[in-house]
Amino acid sequence: MKRILKKKGFWIALIIALVFVYLAFGGSGREEEIIGGADGPTAIFVAEEEESEPFAVMPANPVEMTGETISVYNWGDYIDSDVIDIFEAETGIRVIYETFETNEDMYAKIAMGGSSYDVIVPSDYMIERMIQEELLQPINWNNVPNVKNIDPRFTHESYDPEFKYSVPYTWGTMGLLYNTETVLQAPDSWDILLDEEYRMDMFMLNAPRDTMAIALVMSGHDLNSIDAADLADAKKLLIDQKPLVLAYVVDEVKDKMIAGEASVALVWSGDATFCMSESDELNYVVPKEGSNIFYDAMCIPHNARNVSGAEKFIDFMCRADIAAANYDYVGYAIPNTAAIELWGAEEYNASPVNNPPQDTLEKCQVFRYLGENTKLYDQIWTEVISEF
Amino acid sequence: MMRNKALAAPFVLWAMIFIVVPLVMIVWYGVTIEEPIPYTEIVQPDGSVIYQLEDGSRTTEKPWQKRAVFSLNNFRRMLEPTYLRLLLRSLKVAVITTAICLLLGYPVALILTGRDFKRPALWLLLLILPMWMNFLLRTYSWMSILENSGILNSWIARLREAIPALDEWLLSMGVRRRIIFLYNENAVILGMVYNYLSFMIMPIYTVIEKIDKSLLEAAADLGASPVKSFLRVTLPYSLPGVLEGITMVFVPAVTTFVISQLMGGGKVPLIGDIIQNQFGKSSDWHFGATLSLLVMVVVLAFMGALGRIDKDDEPHKEVRIL
Repeated sequence: MKRILKKKGFWIALIIALVFVYLAFGGSGREEEIIGGADGPTAIFVAEEEESEPFAVMPANPVEMTGETISVYNWGDYIDSDVIDIFEAETGIRVIYETFETNEDMYAKIAMGGSSYDVIVPSDYMIERMIQEELLQPINWNNVPNVKNIDPRFTHESYDPEFKYSVPYTWGTMGLLYNTETVLQAPDSWDILLDEEYRMDMFMLNAPRDTMAIALVMSGHDLNSIDAADLADAKKLLIDQKPLVLAYVVDEVKDKMIAGEASVALVWSGDATFCMSESDELNYVVPKEGSNIFYDAMCIPHNARNVSGAEKFIDFMCRADIAAANYDYVGYAIPNTAAIELWGAEEYNASPVNNPPQDTLEKCQVFRYLGENTKLYDQIWTEVISEF
Repeated sequence: MMRNKALAAPFVLWAMIFIVVPLVMIVWYGVTIEEPIPYTEIVQPDGSVIYQLEDGSRTTEKPWQKRAVFSLNNFRRMLEPTYLRLLLRSLKVAVITTAICLLLGYPVALILTGRDFKRPALWLLLLILPMWMNFLLRTYSWMSILENSGILNSWIARLREAIPALDEWLLSMGVRRRIIFLYNENAVILGMVYNYLSFMIMPIYTVIEKIDKSLLEAAADLGASPVKSFLRVTLPYSLPGVLEGITMVFVPAVTTFVISQLMGGGKVPLIGDIIQNQFGKSSDWHFGATLSLLVMVVVLAFMGALGRIDKDDEPHKEVRIL
């Protein structure tokens, strides 16, 4: 190694390498500065920091720990951990908190029956399936008085039509994330996804059910259709659209849209919120033809050990101040009217993610549990992407 | 003899748990499908329905459980044009990748082992150094270089800004301001070549390095030109390394899935992507296993063919050198 360091050639190579690194990264840094200077986001940035001061809640009447426990099974990074501390302080019930990555992981654990949770937070279609398979138990509303805070617009959805088994925790939509600088005009329709103007300038989701649902809506069908003719229409539309699509992506869409890689992307509203917080150029719209609306909702599994604790937890999560604090952290749209008031309705509703027009929202549908028919979607999707 | 067997026991156990059992599971999943458990509906006198299962037990709720049954349906589905085309494309991409790796890797190995080349170990280290990083990271770096908003495009943009004449000329040639390098088959091949190149260089380098230099000297003494001594000595002797390199590049290339998703932007799906989908999004482990079996057969056939070349060569070697 010593001999290497003495060689002139080594140092020349090192210097050349460093120059390359500077050109690659130092250069782009300067570019950002110029852009920043022109748009003046420095001030905006400061203002934003002031605004995003955490929404602080303190435990009301702390009590001693009782030794009672409940176990909660939720999506990863989907709760403000302070909220759990407050629950423990107020009720004396210790929360064992575990997280899952997909509905299917969660389902497998509950269905196998090996483990027992008291509160779980599945998505709509999974709730429908779990109700069908008797894996959930009805919630006793007498013990969950704060359910009055939940906006009735977001209850009695087809996955739990009698509003017996689940309390919506967050909701979201699928829609278009677009770059206001590069689109000719702000889109309000899915038609932009077929517009030659945006050839090789749009991202689609590499997710069979979701992308197929949008294609079904675009061809005028029900987004849960399992009718062969409907699905053939959707398939044809997606194949025809292929030359316009820059790429079929999943998580990468966020980084790419923030970097300005394309003008339009089909996204989930949660990703849109993140992208819009990172880039002022991005905006979100739920197209007027309607879309998919999805829920994650709190449920009590059939084999829960501490049902009363679970009810207390669900009631607690529906409390206005708690739901507001939690919204402040999680950032997904919430169905809790009182919490929205408390957090600041005007600012909340200013976001196109939280507040799509009512008539659009009415056209939005949840995914139904399709059972074996899910395979149809996968098969068609495979045929679509392997078309070349 | 007994002692040797005892020593091998941990390995045998290891092989059983991590090789034989998973293989058996893949085969089992591959030849079965899931179907709802059969039941008969019995309408009660009061109009309600009771469901009777095969074992005679009765329930008032409609049974939803599934069971695995033997079926070759997935093999039929596997032979649909969609999947065969995907397999063909995977083979094509893998062959091109392997060929490029060989064309790039063989000369590199040759140069590194050259008599005049100083400090080959350092250069070899530099070649392998990037391989110590996670390959996802390396692929992501290529993405940020090649993206529309990536490093390469921003350099080109800066160059075109600096030289307006060049910009005009390129525009007149129909070259867009933003060149789409990513999201196509070539990008996928580039990503694979970059990731697998060292797997080609290493075995070839090792083999060439071990060739007895006196053979080359003898060839030169006897009047063979460098080209001739390469063709008659180095090339035949390096063939085992080449075959190993080909295997080490081709096999991962034909089964990869992440590189094609990231570099191809989901537009260049390979058979590996589809298999991965079956175990992920589609959660159809049975069909995924069937496709895995298909790929295993193809890879085995390929290895078998290579093995034959290797064997065929052995007897000629001496003759050729002599």
